[in-house]
Amino acid sequence: MLDIKDISKTFNPGTITEKLALRKLSLHLAPGDFVTVIGGNGAGKSTLLNSIAGTFPVDTGSITIAGTDITKWPEYKRAKFIGRVFQDPMMGTAANMMIEENLAIASRRGRTPTLRWSSSDKERGHFRELLAGLHLGLEDRLESKVGLLSGGQRQALTLLMATMVRPQLLLLDEHTAALDPKTAEKVLDLTRKVVEEQQLTTLMITHNMRDALRLGNRLIMMYDGRILVDVAGEEKKNLSVKDLLAMFEKAAGSELTSDSLLLS
Amino acid sequence: MDLVVSTVSQGLLWALLAIGVYLTFRVLDIADLTVEGSFPLGAAVAASLLTAGWQPIPAIFMACVAGMISGVVTGFLCTKLKIPALLAGILTMIALYSVNLRVMGKANLPLLQQETIFTIFPVGGDKSMTVLIIGAVVVLLVSLACYWFFGTEIGAAVRATGNNPHMIRANGIDTDVMIVLGLLLSNGLVAISGALVAQSNGFADVGMGVGTIVIGLASVIIGEVLFGTRSFKNCLISVILGSIVYRAVIAIVLQMGMPPNDLKLFTAVLVAIALSLPLIQARWRKMRMV
Repeated sequence: MLDIKDISKTFNPGTITEKLALRKLSLHLAPGDFVTVIGGNGAGKSTLLNSIAGTFPVDTGSITIAGTDITKWPEYKRAKFIGRVFQDPMMGTAANMMIEENLAIASRRGRTPTLRWSSSDKERGHFRELLAGLHLGLEDRLESKVGLLSGGQRQALTLLMATMVRPQLLLLDEHTAALDPKTAEKVLDLTRKVVEEQQLTTLMITHNMRDALRLGNRLIMMYDGRILVDVAGEEKKNLSVKDLLAMFEKAAGSELTSDSLLLS
Repeated sequence: MDLVVSTVSQGLLWALLAIGVYLTFRVLDIADLTVEGSFPLGAAVAASLLTAGWQPIPAIFMACVAGMISGVVTGFLCTKLKIPALLAGILTMIALYSVNLRVMGKANLPLLQQETIFTIFPVGGDKSMTVLIIGAVVVLLVSLACYWFFGTEIGAAVRATGNNPHMIRANGIDTDVMIVLGLLLSNGLVAISGALVAQSNGFADVGMGVGTIVIGLASVIIGEVLFGTRSFKNCLISVILGSIVYRAVIAIVLQMGMPPNDLKLFTAVLVAIALSLPLIQARWRKMRMV
């Protein structure tokens, strides 16, 4: 489904703040893979996700989704294949627009907009059903502006928007990190439900090792722009946080300094 | 009574400018200075064509097209060449000063003998009443068109681009195209406003664009403060009424004896106060809490 070959990315090349964020990274995702990504700060997790989403171009290598090489595609064009939920709850929705308008936009993700009126009564009924599935009481607030919602409600709405049109690939960038633990739990449950129901190929960054172990069928651990650990299936199921730390130390070997280990 | 009619009619003609400024300043979240050039551009194109014997409506249409082109130029500068929007607008505005002189051939073009939109439809009796009625019709048509357009899929995409570019790109919309489209529509309306004002005043002048951005902002902010911002429809109506209120304020201070030369200073202070109002309100509330 997703095929990443030898991608590299250097930020601010030739300057004092030069940072090699991805080093010839390759990754293959089979259809239906739900992969959790962990790693310390600066390991390259977000750079990997943003490279796939097209926030910036990669320096080398290629990215292919569902057989289409999208390496040179601009960000907006990749939305045809990719659904995204950002870390910042503000980023995934348009705050000054109504819930209904946000959903109407998401319901046409990847299609060229036309001069048809934005939302119809028929669509509204559909939106209400989808919102009812979130169990947040949003189904009666179609005309509320999204800016009035809480961070958790906005993330749930963004998740709904990202999956309204079934994406070939769902990218979740620490989408629960800005939420309180209870709300984070709710959004994670919702994530698991949506991914299972639609059999979505998913890449989820998290800073929480337990979540990384609990969710998904495969786990990768990044360090210094590379993938250090890649476990799947039964092997992943039987892992504990302790095992994970041990694997990380073994794989990172002598390069590892204790303070770069910001895994919790 | 005469003063009221002429104030309202001027407010209506300038309301198109206010809607244009609203589209960039509020909808796209860009302070677009192109208007300082596209307003006199509309006046210049319409006046030149009328002088050349064109009918008023085609002349206004061409003025609108010229304004749209100027908007596209600014859009190109800020999206494709990555020039900051404020500077891109300034560049277009300065360039338009020369363009406007070329279009008119001189700095001032009188329209005393020509047929204008206000002479071919002699409705309402005297001249200010005619301007009021025709102004109201044009503003109504433009408002309906805006209301329709910004309710469509493309219109919603333009609004979302100004509100959250990350979100709309993640939904597959090219924000560059939407920004250019917004600037095009905005400057088209501003140019129509310039064309109408020139015909109402009886001349087009290369200097008539000075301060239009501030007048537009004043109308937008006055309208928002007095008449609300609940929905897009509400905002449109607020901006139109804001333009009329602004004209009324100007008429009142002139009646009270303020020298006309101080008008621009007055407007600038008015806008500065209105723009800082949210901050002042917040401070005031804080002080009272202590």
